[in-house]
Amino acid sequence: MKQKTQKQKKSGLLRDIRRNKLSYLLMLPAGIYTLLFGYCTLPYIVIAFQNYNYTKGIFGSEFVGLKNFEFFFRSNRAALVTFNTVYLNFFFIVVGTLASVLLALLLNEIRGKRYLKVTQSMLLFPNFLSWIIVNYIVFAMLSTEYGWINQIIKSLGHTPVSLYSSADAWPLILVVVKTWKSAGINSVIYMATIVGIDESYYEAAKIDGATKLQQIRYITMPLLALTICILTLLAIGKIFYGDFQMIYSLVGDNGILLQRTDVIDTFVYRALRQTGDPSGAMAVGLYQAAVGFVLVFGSNFIAKKYFPGGAIF
Amino acid sequence: MKNISGGTKGKKGTVSYVLVCLAVGLFAVFCVLPVLLVLAISFTSDASIKQYGYQLIPKEFSLEAYRLIFASNFALMKSYLVSGSVTVLGTLLATAITAMAGYAISNPDVKYRNGVAFYFFIPMVFNAGMVPWYLVCKQLNLVDNYFSLLIPSLVFSPFNMFLCRNFMAEIPRSLGESAKLDGANEFTVAFRIYFPLSKPVIATVALFYGVAYWNDWFNAIMLVNNSDLFPLQYMLYKIQSEIAALQRLSPGVPVKSLPGESLKMATAIVTIGPIVLFYPFLQKYFVKGLIIGGVKG
Repeated sequence: MKQKTQKQKKSGLLRDIRRNKLSYLLMLPAGIYTLLFGYCTLPYIVIAFQNYNYTKGIFGSEFVGLKNFEFFFRSNRAALVTFNTVYLNFFFIVVGTLASVLLALLLNEIRGKRYLKVTQSMLLFPNFLSWIIVNYIVFAMLSTEYGWINQIIKSLGHTPVSLYSSADAWPLILVVVKTWKSAGINSVIYMATIVGIDESYYEAAKIDGATKLQQIRYITMPLLALTICILTLLAIGKIFYGDFQMIYSLVGDNGILLQRTDVIDTFVYRALRQTGDPSGAMAVGLYQAAVGFVLVFGSNFIAKKYFPGGAIF
Repeated sequence: MKNISGGTKGKKGTVSYVLVCLAVGLFAVFCVLPVLLVLAISFTSDASIKQYGYQLIPKEFSLEAYRLIFASNFALMKSYLVSGSVTVLGTLLATAITAMAGYAISNPDVKYRNGVAFYFFIPMVFNAGMVPWYLVCKQLNLVDNYFSLLIPSLVFSPFNMFLCRNFMAEIPRSLGESAKLDGANEFTVAFRIYFPLSKPVIATVALFYGVAYWNDWFNAIMLVNNSDLFPLQYMLYKIQSEIAALQRLSPGVPVKSLPGESLKMATAIVTIGPIVLFYPFLQKYFVKGLIIGGVKG
């Protein structure tokens, strides 16, 4: 035994691999994937400072210094896409959290097992639909010509609203759709926390004559607050990242709506795939990654400091 | 979902309890009603849509859209095949890669397992986004072929790997050790003891991947131009975006050559089909996975 520990002290990675051949073999595919799609992406960041040319590649393209950044920040798009990203995410977080906490509190009150099961199945369903399908659903509801809501408006004798050409309505539409899709699944985490609360707190409160609302206010909510704070903090860490799949499938290239819906991620996509300016796109992407990185670490630092066990790393 | 806590539960039959049930019921209806609308439209005749718009209860019932899909729509069938095969292959591949790596970094015999975990973790926090990802895919020749749909961004998720690791690390080590004393080698220990015992987490991860593959269109929009390789979701995206583009170019002009309203919605319904089919499993395992992953998700 003693000999063994001494050997281990001396041994390096190679010896570890020799001793655990199978384990290292089993992690190899994941390791290669991470090397290629994780680490090998990093050198490409340099194209933010180049005028990248697909045929010349990363080594042959001409360096232009900070020109790409200058171009972006001098344009009026920089402020717009940054604002839209943060603005939309802010409302996604606030409304989404309120809805899922409320839902968890309500679901927890339901005693009929079958009713709970059926309603929960319905609440979780939208989470499993792709954003493309959600786009069809939103279109069925809102389209000017045939949309269900407009049919109701028409039958009440009003003129239909053409939402697909009024940008100002879209922040609200996006918040509603986002909440519709994710409140159910997010409430699961809050419900798990509520289920984990010690029964004796409620019994003691009942003996003291606390009403239902008082029990929620003074027992459930304070104990739930920790989970809410951690999840919110982590969401704030990601506030600089727009939901590309959501925005791009619901809004697409509808120029009228871009003023209120264009986020950093959709902007990068268009610069890369439609305008064909990989360097410009990378510059914006680097700006996002840098600010995003600071926010992720900042929020995680705060989570670690104030809520032990609540940090992701 | 288990509900052990009776904590704040009200009495059945009181006004406030009825209100709670009603509120939950309304929210639940709000979640499925829009999907039912799409379903209803798919069963409505195009003529009645032109006249009355989209209605929750079809004014004129018709199976025409589904007849068209199943009888003559080769492009759609091809997409169905692409999506189906990518989902099956991708899920198998991704689950295997993830479970294997999860086992390896949960194995306490591996001295550098935490170092390896850190290696997987770094790209989760520092990634430079879409542009370098796209350039790497190009460099690896993952453009416009079947593998474009299979490999990039979908085939391995470190989050799922950590989920597997956390589960496997809870399995008592003594099981493996006693098997080794009985003469089992590492291979037997891994594949005959640990993987079978990890079935619940492996099923969870497989369903995570399955839904991600079935619902994916990002890889297609970024990497695929060949219409033979369009997965269903991307096909739907194309149909809708082309109609929208045409309407923007010439507003008010009805577009004859494009698929009818009911056909469009029927295509969407056919795409949701497998999700509905697997829904009981999906729901159960997603909830489980979320709770295992807990706050750290």
